[in-house]
Amino acid sequence: MKIKDQKDLEKLKVKGLDSLYPKAMKINVGLATCGIATGAQAVFESIVKEIQKQGIDAVVSKTGCLGFCQKEPLVDVWQPDSARIIYCEMNPEKARDLVNELAQGKTRREWALCKLEEEEFIIEGTKRKYSITGKNGKDIPLYQELPFYKKQKKIVLRNCGFINPDNIEEYIARGGYFTLARVLSNLKEEQVIEEIKNSGLRGRGGAGFPTGVKWKFCRDAPGDMKYIICNADEGDPGAYMDRSILEGDPHSVLEGMVIGAYAIGSHEGYIYVRNEYPLAYQSVKQAIEQAEEYGLLGENILNSGFNFEIRISQGAGAFVCGEETALLASIEGRIGEPRPRPPFPAERGLWDKPTNINNVKTWANIPVIIARGADWYSKMGTAKSKGTMVFSLVGKINNTGLVEVPMGIKLREMIYDIGGGIPEGKKFKAVQTGGPSGGCIPSELADLEVDYEKLTQAGSMMGSGGMVVMDEDTCMVNVAKYFLNFTRDESCGKCTPCREGIKRMLEILDDISKGKAEEKDLELLESLAKVVKDASLCALGGTAPNPVLTTLRYFRNEYEAHIKDKKCPAHICPDLIRYSISKEKCTGCGLCLKECPQKAISGEKKKPHSIDKNKCIKCGICYEVCKFDAVEID
Amino acid sequence: MLNLTIDAKKVSVEKGTTVLHAARKLGIEIPTLCYHEGVSPYGACRVCLVEVVKGRRTGLTSSCTCLVEEGMEVKTDSPGVLESRRLIVELLLARSPEVKKIRELAQEMGIERVRFRKEDKECILCGLCVRVCEEIIGASVIGFINRGADREVETPFQAQSDVCIGCGACSSVCPTGAIKIKEIFDKRILETWHTELELKSCKICGRYFAPKKELEQLKGKVELPEEIFEICMDCRRKDLSRKISEIKTGMI
Amino acid sequence: MIDKTKERVDLGKIANKYRDGKAGVISLLQEINLQYGYLPEEALKLAAKKLDVPLIQVYSVATFYTAFSLRPRGRHLINVCLGTACFVRGGTRIVEKLERELGIKAGRTTEDLKFSLETVHCLGCCSLAPVMRIDKDTYGRLRQEKVPQILKRYK
Repeated sequence: MKIKDQKDLEKLKVKGLDSLYPKAMKINVGLATCGIATGAQAVFESIVKEIQKQGIDAVVSKTGCLGFCQKEPLVDVWQPDSARIIYCEMNPEKARDLVNELAQGKTRREWALCKLEEEEFIIEGTKRKYSITGKNGKDIPLYQELPFYKKQKKIVLRNCGFINPDNIEEYIARGGYFTLARVLSNLKEEQVIEEIKNSGLRGRGGAGFPTGVKWKFCRDAPGDMKYIICNADEGDPGAYMDRSILEGDPHSVLEGMVIGAYAIGSHEGYIYVRNEYPLAYQSVKQAIEQAEEYGLLGENILNSGFNFEIRISQGAGAFVCGEETALLASIEGRIGEPRPRPPFPAERGLWDKPTNINNVKTWANIPVIIARGADWYSKMGTAKSKGTMVFSLVGKINNTGLVEVPMGIKLREMIYDIGGGIPEGKKFKAVQTGGPSGGCIPSELADLEVDYEKLTQAGSMMGSGGMVVMDEDTCMVNVAKYFLNFTRDESCGKCTPCREGIKRMLEILDDISKGKAEEKDLELLESLAKVVKDASLCALGGTAPNPVLTTLRYFRNEYEAHIKDKKCPAHICPDLIRYSISKEKCTGCGLCLKECPQKAISGEKKKPHSIDKNKCIKCGICYEVCKFDAVEID
Repeated sequence: MLNLTIDAKKVSVEKGTTVLHAARKLGIEIPTLCYHEGVSPYGACRVCLVEVVKGRRTGLTSSCTCLVEEGMEVKTDSPGVLESRRLIVELLLARSPEVKKIRELAQEMGIERVRFRKEDKECILCGLCVRVCEEIIGASVIGFINRGADREVETPFQAQSDVCIGCGACSSVCPTGAIKIKEIFDKRILETWHTELELKSCKICGRYFAPKKELEQLKGKVELPEEIFEICMDCRRKDLSRKISEIKTGMI
Repeated sequence: MIDKTKERVDLGKIANKYRDGKAGVISLLQEINLQYGYLPEEALKLAAKKLDVPLIQVYSVATFYTAFSLRPRGRHLINVCLGTACFVRGGTRIVEKLERELGIKAGRTTEDLKFSLETVHCLGCCSLAPVMRIDKDTYGRLRQEKVPQILKRYK
């Protein structure tokens, strides 16, 4: 059925609300990629099976990423007279038992992560309070009091984990597409652009260019044929926010794109999805088909006379295609080779027509900004970085997951309050932001307020939102090497500085990690870094030296230790460490002997073993399997 | 006309002119490697980089691709430009230490030593051969394969090409001599492209003078009498001079 | 070996889906890749003909993008995540262990065509780091000594 007006939307909203809050118990299982990886599919099936077996009156549904990935699989249960309770670290057996307890009106408090007594409807700016009569939620911490969620503000992630992404009516129930309806019937194109400009929204893909300004450039560019693109190539290793949004709330991106297309004057759009995201691809494909069915995409959208259609273009495994001119080349069926700018895509983009490219998170912000207003949005964040940012908080951190916070939050708060600190009581050493284009920020700067400017001043950048935490067991030379390996593999090879320069920087880093470098090599490394940064054709080469430059800036002593002392202080670089077995601690159990791939360990049963250092390849398996901490590294 | 300043000298050029050409107008020669008058600019070698000040932004840009804008300030020999250019040439010298063109450039810049492990590649991936084959000849025989440090110019499957006409345009435009073409008896062998083509023999003197495929392609593109495609350049010249002298003597 | 007639019919159907021949190159290659697990030479030549683009453009694209392989892949595809989170939690050691166990370097296929080993950035299961995926199965919180028994599960 094609939605013709606000009344039609209201009807669907009612249906959506009934689906979200049925008369029976509703069980949602987090089935985004992170959930599935931890076994959520089996949990889902176990719940369905048990409900059918016991004849329980309940609805089981899938939902997207709730953000607290460390605690997956997550199951949340809502009942008409109770709080919504989120259960964590579920498995098929626990799920089966839980279903039985719930059917008897009881609950398993020890499996509960937290409870919600109300929900925020961000588009409408209202709170939906549950009518709670039961005592099920007793002694379970509130969602907004849980350290992981307390400081978060979910704007972009407003629906993730709260709706079934395959059900457009649930999206509409939470305010979806009402903004589009208002835009198409009440607002002029220029008004929309003004609002986005005034909100202070900056591109969430990495560069942070003011979105409203970019839209204006594209709108003003001569020509009738214009394109809109959503860059979902999310290539930063460790970043998966865009994927989670496409899997958990694809309509938020579609709605944003239609609003943008209207404002700019475009009738054709593309979503460029990374090849490594098959679930996100399916999710978006389905959402587009649904939107077309309901008249929210295609011809005469919402009876307004405005036409806009969206196609999906798939990546094929090239990080460089996240760079906008390389992305355009890829959609055009060519290799992902960037071209010089100017001209910028807003002037000459896809097939030489004016094109506006924005990141997934940027598009998802649009409906909220138009609905609540630029004033409301710009109250969040810092002076030059408005709104919220979605980060993937990962690495050596207790609470890994997706986190959305207002700009300006301190790194310290991210790591200790939200992240729950470093596992195993280790020391916090650095946090890497911005992916391979960014840099490592040392623990001394833990009071840094996270926004575009402050991160750039520190030598890093916001990037797509990846935030990888490192502890004392991380070697910063090895980290620099890791990122350069990545950019070397992903370089398109067109320009000399990137292709040849990164290769030579890596050779020096390799020498340093093997204790074969001299002091002058460090100077050469710095000269190379400067030229690669300044002379490269595109931002891949232009930012590739950042991990090297920041680690040199903040951890120069580690480089010097590798060069002068031929030592790796973090005990990581294989050529500079030695594995040995402590005679005092070794019980002669023989486990390491069995596992050693080089047969480098010898010893009689129950007598201390020893490692032949000539055969040892430093694989570390003996260290991993020893139950007595007898293997030492120095 | 647009006005800009290059190395503190003022110059006026037409819209659509590149900084490279604007500099030439002032007699300033910016070195290039991947640029050629006959094909589109590519901006890959980065040897032609200049410093451009536009508003608050200063950055290095390739002068062969950069279009002039009103009020632009360009520096072709600032310390930043020279430092980048030197290191880029040093990197190329490490890649191709035996290539004459690179050695000449290095000498001009006073580069005496190479601080990197040397390789022995002749091709510097300037892409001129690819562009001339695609844009001028229209054969699209060769292209870039793989990526990053593994990037190479090759034919599909690194095998004999079905579409190469053996014209040799690629070799003539190559700045390093990396493209090897030779003739043995009745064959033209483009070694670099794993391709062998049959040559046509001149109807008059019997010498092998051009690949049959090239002549076939030309026949299709230009309106010329058949015999032009049957005789070699020398014989055609002789034939032409004979005809001219006949006409002259005829007139006398 | 490819049945040329079936190939022409299949490719024809796919190619007709794309309005502009040139733009369809990557999508067409992806469909071929899905069907055969890699890109056979004959399929690439037919694709160039169908889309009316120079063969070198198709070959260039096929060798540029890592989603494509010109060599047959193994029955089971092992993807070890080397995203930053997995790297920090020891992902490189897992790759090295697999390289030793299978006798091949990352990016290659075993001689018996049983396994192909690739590294990927990133699978998005960072809370389980280090992670690897074999076909559709995800293995998290990996340790080197677990690898051999996991491999044994695959024929």
